[in-house]
Amino acid sequence: MAEPLEEFRDETRAWLEANCPAEMRERVLEEADVCWGGRNVRFKNAAQKLWLERMAARGWTVPTWPKAYGGGGLSADEAKVLAEEMRRIHARPPLSSFGIWMLGPALLKYGNEAQKAEHLPKIARGEIRWCQGYSEPGAGSDLASLKTKAEDKGDHWLVNGSKIWTSYADQADWIFCLVRTEPDASKHEGISFLLFDMASEGVSTSPIKLISGYSPFCQTFFDNVKVPKENLVGERGKGWTIAKYLLTHERSSIGADFGTGGRDTAAQIAKKRVGTRADGALADEGLRVDLARHDIDTLCFALTMERVKDEAKAGQDIGHLSSMLKHVGSELNKSRQELLMSVFGSDGLLWEGDGAHDGDMARAWLRSRANSIEGGTAEVQLGIIAKRVLALPDA
Amino acid sequence: MALVLTDEQAMIREAADGFFASEAPVSELRRLRDAKDATGFSRDLWKKMAEMGFAGVLVPETHGGSGLGLVAANLIQEAAGRNLSLSPFLSTAVLGATVLAGANDEQQAALLPKLAAGDLLLALASDEVSRHAPHLIRTRAEAAGNGFRITGAKTFVLDGHVADRLIVAARTSGEDGDRDGITLFLVDPKAAGVDIKRTSIVDSRNAADIRFDGVQVDGADVIGAVGEGAAILDRVLDAGRTCLAAEMVGVSAQSFSMTVSYLKEREQFGRKIGSFQALQHRAAQLFCEIELAKSATLKAAQALDAGDTDAPLYASLAKAKAGAVARLVTNEGVQMHGGIGMTDEFDIGFYMKRARAAETSFGDLSFHGDRLARMLGY
Repeated sequence: MAEPLEEFRDETRAWLEANCPAEMRERVLEEADVCWGGRNVRFKNAAQKLWLERMAARGWTVPTWPKAYGGGGLSADEAKVLAEEMRRIHARPPLSSFGIWMLGPALLKYGNEAQKAEHLPKIARGEIRWCQGYSEPGAGSDLASLKTKAEDKGDHWLVNGSKIWTSYADQADWIFCLVRTEPDASKHEGISFLLFDMASEGVSTSPIKLISGYSPFCQTFFDNVKVPKENLVGERGKGWTIAKYLLTHERSSIGADFGTGGRDTAAQIAKKRVGTRADGALADEGLRVDLARHDIDTLCFALTMERVKDEAKAGQDIGHLSSMLKHVGSELNKSRQELLMSVFGSDGLLWEGDGAHDGDMARAWLRSRANSIEGGTAEVQLGIIAKRVLALPDA
Repeated sequence: MALVLTDEQAMIREAADGFFASEAPVSELRRLRDAKDATGFSRDLWKKMAEMGFAGVLVPETHGGSGLGLVAANLIQEAAGRNLSLSPFLSTAVLGATVLAGANDEQQAALLPKLAAGDLLLALASDEVSRHAPHLIRTRAEAAGNGFRITGAKTFVLDGHVADRLIVAARTSGEDGDRDGITLFLVDPKAAGVDIKRTSIVDSRNAADIRFDGVQVDGADVIGAVGEGAAILDRVLDAGRTCLAAEMVGVSAQSFSMTVSYLKEREQFGRKIGSFQALQHRAAQLFCEIELAKSATLKAAQALDAGDTDAPLYASLAKAKAGAVARLVTNEGVQMHGGIGMTDEFDIGFYMKRARAAETSFGDLSFHGDRLARMLGY
């Protein structure tokens, strides 16, 4: 068993070595360093474009998807090797995409053949940039109380309503959207899962500026938007099942982002900035203790991610663990950013100007506060664990 | 290696849990405590554990053991933790057997088969101060005759009051805190100059204070090389730490399960208290913490079994996390049980006491956080 995998590792290593441009092996410092693809893609430089093209040609933007849909057809073990080899040379992901993280897995499971053939290859190649239409102004954590409606007009759906916290809606080409198709059905029963072009008449977006100074989120408005009937995914009125499946994926990937990755640890950064004593211990004893406790939790979390993956591979049911991973991962990333702010001291407070990297430390800290709000708040995750895992009684 | 149990390991886990639940449940701990039993555990139980292959879990098959390794030892200790079962498993099957893994052929042939058969109890006499500091050894062993004369004092020797042989860490050279210069000796507890005082600790177990006043040992009683005992000692302590982590996972899981059951049945203000969000969220938090401790503990045992160079790091990780988690979970368990949780009649308090004792043994969060930071280079 081990041998073909080692062969795959050697080949992968050689290919990455030959094909990953040097500029793509450096730390992501600013938004332009991340490639989101899409119809209006603006590459920061030629290397970013080349890297996407080369990876997409191998199906390695979505390594585990079937080759028929633009994927790499890799096994979970091979994909792990690819990720490890990319980390080893600090290779940037070639493409960041809600299509990859969220919509793709949902379409693979619930989409019909035409929908898969139409959308998945474009996601894999980064040709269409997707956004997620879930939250509404009146329905945040209480997602299922959403009101945006889609009326059956015979040959099309007519969509009216508004979404909020739509990440990068102003730059997205298409949206996957939860809408109410059965106004009289119960809260969870009348929801459908709809795909449509953001260029459709009646769609408008308005950015929301955040405490970090960025505005990655928008409020999105739908005013008599006509959507073709075939853009409904799964059964009419059964969209909640798809929504939940997709959220499970989103939660796991939020957790995964924080759990692994080749980032320097907070302690490594602290060593460089704060310095060490003669015996090698960090010069600031209090900070050292805080960092050690953070490292303990970070290592435990990374091992738990690994264990959950291994349990899934061994055929055990891990569905109930996604809320745990989302919650713990979010809290850990928040504590990492808090620690880094302590490590940087007054340098971390810089907002604009030379040497401030556009205030990326402070902005990252502020951004991280959303980790336990987006994708279901900490309270929602704890509630899910309490009810679904521990089976505690309802009020 | 995948971070999951093999089928064989899953079977051991099930067998161990069934065994302790029927042979040594919490009521047995209560009985031994109330009787102020002189041994502090049942020798019959230990014989049965030997028949089950538990005593020899770390003893190679060539010496009559089952040689299943530390992951299996962990699962046994975890099951003991769930049931708060008393036995010399840690002192003898884990610490003793791991020390003997570093012994010479003659010593192994003489002792390991007896250990695996449940006929030989061992106790590790290493700590000298109340806050774990494994290399802080002031006990001296000076060359005398064809061997050494040992003088010094040890504290918190698990099962030291009943052991057939003591394993004593003494200094043959160097300064008090040096890693070099430590030597391990097999000492007969009945030898002249050995003074053993049994103590009873908060979780109703025993840990002896032992004085050595010019105790003569033979050159053949040295384990490993003179002055190089720390390498063996560190490995032994890491095996013990990992098993204690597993025990604390068992303590956490069982006390948590009792607490969740209580939340589902106890009514206040006309509702089940488990329906209160304040308690639901705290319970869910405990669930997450226990999962983290489980992962670290399994990884540590696998790494030690495989002889990985980073095994010490994972042993510290597991001990630190499992200790912090067991403390949190049992404290919350008592709190959520309310007044009944404070009563001796109810079992939850036993779990809190055991959690604290296990956390304190062989290094707490501070000790292992410091060790881990050092190993990570800061």
